[in-house]
Amino acid sequence: MIERTPWLNLATHLILILGLVMILLPIWLTFVAASHDLQTVNTAPVEFWPGPYLLDNLRTAWVESDFGPKFVNSLIVATGVVIGKITLACITAFALVFFNFRGRMLIFWMIFITLMLPLEIRIVPTYAVAANALSPFQTLLDVTGITWAVQTLSGLQIALEWNLLNSYTGLILPLVATATGTFLYRQFFLTVPDELVEAARMDGAGPLRFLWDTLIPLSKTNIAALATIMFVYAWNQYLWPLLVVTDRAAYGVVVVQLSDLVPDNLTTGGGTPNWHIAMAATLMVMLPPIAIVIFMQRWFVRGLINTDK
Amino acid sequence: MAEIDIRRVGKTYGKTVIMQGVDLTIRSGEFLVILGPSGCGKSSLLRMIAGLEEISSGEITIAGQAVNHLEPRERGCAMVFQNYALYPHMTVAENIGYALKVAGVAKAQRLARVTDVAQSVGLSEFLDRRPGQLSGGQRQRVAMARAIIREPKVFLFDEPLSNLDAKLRVQMRHEIRRIHNRIGATSVFVTHDQHEGMTLADRLVVMNKGTIEQIGTPEDIYERPASTYVAGFIGSPAMNLLPGRLSDDRRAVVLESGPRIDLPGPATGLNPGALVQMGFRPEKASLTAPGRGTIEARFDFVEELGAGRVYHLRIEDIPVSLHSEAKMKLAEGASIGLDLGHQNLHLFDGQTGRRVPLSVEMPQLAPTA
Repeated sequence: MIERTPWLNLATHLILILGLVMILLPIWLTFVAASHDLQTVNTAPVEFWPGPYLLDNLRTAWVESDFGPKFVNSLIVATGVVIGKITLACITAFALVFFNFRGRMLIFWMIFITLMLPLEIRIVPTYAVAANALSPFQTLLDVTGITWAVQTLSGLQIALEWNLLNSYTGLILPLVATATGTFLYRQFFLTVPDELVEAARMDGAGPLRFLWDTLIPLSKTNIAALATIMFVYAWNQYLWPLLVVTDRAAYGVVVVQLSDLVPDNLTTGGGTPNWHIAMAATLMVMLPPIAIVIFMQRWFVRGLINTDK
Repeated sequence: MAEIDIRRVGKTYGKTVIMQGVDLTIRSGEFLVILGPSGCGKSSLLRMIAGLEEISSGEITIAGQAVNHLEPRERGCAMVFQNYALYPHMTVAENIGYALKVAGVAKAQRLARVTDVAQSVGLSEFLDRRPGQLSGGQRQRVAMARAIIREPKVFLFDEPLSNLDAKLRVQMRHEIRRIHNRIGATSVFVTHDQHEGMTLADRLVVMNKGTIEQIGTPEDIYERPASTYVAGFIGSPAMNLLPGRLSDDRRAVVLESGPRIDLPGPATGLNPGALVQMGFRPEKASLTAPGRGTIEARFDFVEELGAGRVYHLRIEDIPVSLHSEAKMKLAEGASIGLDLGHQNLHLFDGQTGRRVPLSVEMPQLAPTA
C-alpha cells in the first residue's frame, strides 16, 4: 500500500497542509480577535494579524467572568471524572474478564447498552435522579407498598432524599457512569495471557494483589490514554453543568461561564458585541485540555495503539 | 518432598468428558514425565495437581493431604510454564522474589534468597534486567528460579522446553535434571516430545484421549509397549505394525498378505485365528539379501541420518521403516529381504490394541534364517 512517488508525496502533503489550515485557522482567528479592541473586532473585513490588546482583554475576561473559582471548579470536576472513571472502568473490566460468575454476560451487555445512551439522551431522567439520588429506591418502596405499610404501622413516613444538585458529586457522577473506559480496559485485560494469571496464583497472589501488582502496572499506558480522553471530555461538558448547577457563584464551571461572554441576542439583549473579550476567555479555557494532551501525548498514543506489552 | 496420589480423577466440561478415572501414584522425590500428543489431557492433569483447574470427580492428595479444595498457593507446588509467564514489568530479581514478597518475607532476607537462587541457575548478572531484555533460555531460567525459590514439595513443568531451539532444549533438559537431583522435590513434567520424556523420566506415563495408556520406566515402555498406541508413539521412527491372524497353533502370525511369521512364544491369551497386529522396531530388524530374511519387502526410498539411515520399504502395501547402518544402493521397487529379529517381535490384539503376552519358551537361541 505504501507507495513513494514525488507526485503522491506532493499530494499527501497538500492534503495534510489543507487539513492543518482547516484546524488551525479558527484558532488563529480566535487569537487575533482576542488581541484587538471592540472597534477593530467588529469592523469588516476581518483582521488577520494580531493587535496590541491581548493582555488587556485577557485581564478583563478573567475579572469579568470571575474565572479564578470557575477554573478551580472545572479542575475539580475534570480530575474527579478522570479518577472516578479510571477506578470504575478498571474494577468493572477486572470483574468481567477475570471472574466467572453468574450473569456475567448479562452485566456485560447492560454496560454495553449504556454506550448507546450518552448523557445527552437520558438527560431528563438523569436530572430527576440527581435532584434526588434516592428517588429510584423511594419509588421501589412506594410501589411495593412498604412505605404504606411502615406508615400505617409506625406512623413514620419514609421519604428518602439525597439532593445532588449544586454539588461536585452531582457534577461528577453522571459523567463517570459511562462504558467507554470499561471497554478500553476490557480489551486490554483480554490480551493478558492466562499463564500470567496462573503464575500469580501459583505465587500466592490473590485477585486484588494481582490487580495491584500486575494489571495496573501493565496498564499504565491505558490509564494515561483514558485519563487524557476523560479530562478533555469532562472539561468540555456544557449541558450537564448548565442544568445541574444553579448556584453559579459556588459551583459554576468555565465552559458554562464562557457562554455568558459570547454575545448573542439572549445574553446581550442586543448590547455590545464583546467578541474580543469572549475570544480572550476562549483562549484561556482552551489551555488546560491542550496542556494535558501535549503532556500525555507520548503515553496516550502508546495506550491506544497498545503494541508494547 | 511429597507423594502425590491421584485417585479416579475425572474432568468434564459441560457434557464433554475429557478425562476419566485416572489413577496415578507419584512417588516422593520421583521424576515423572507425562507424555502424550496435544489434547490428550496431560496438561489438564498437571493443572489439576497445581490447583489451576478443578477436578470433576475423584481425589488428589499431596503428602497425604487431600487438596481438592485447596488454593494453588496452599498446595506447596511450584510450576514452570511453557511461555515462561514472567511478569513483564518486573525485573528478574522482582520476578524471582515475587512469591516471597507476597508471602511477606522481609526485604533483606528476600534479597539474600534471590541472590542465592539466581546464582544457582546462572542469572546473577541479569538481576536488574526485565524479561523483555532476556533470551529464551534466560527467561526459562528465571521461570525456574521463580519456582525454586519457593522450596516447593512438588515441582510442576508444563512443556517448559518447547519454545526453545533444539540445542538449548538439550542443555536445559540436563539442567532440569540436575536441579531435580539437587532439590529432590517430586517433579512432574509434561511434554509431547518423546526424547524429553525418555531421557528425563524415572517413570513415564503415556496418555491418550484422557486416559492413561501405560505407566512404566522408559525402558519398560520401549521394550514392552502396552498397546499399539504406545508402540506407535514411542520410538523414532515408530514401531512397524503388520495386521494378520494368529495361526492355529498360536505360535505364528499369518499376515494378510500371506507369509507366516513365527513368534518367539505361543500367544496363549488369544484364540487361534484371532485378528492381531504384529509389531517390530525399525532398529531391531535388519536387511538381508532377497529371499533370505523372514519376509520380503520392496524398497521405496531412504533417509540419510548421518549416524545411520532409515530405509522406507513396503511389505505388500504396508509401509514400514527400518533403521540400519548398512549402506545399500537400491532401486525403487527393488525386492529385498527383511530379518525381523525373532526375539523382538511384539504382538497386539487386533481388536483392543492391547499387548498380548507371549509365553517365551526356554532359550531357543537358534538364529532365525
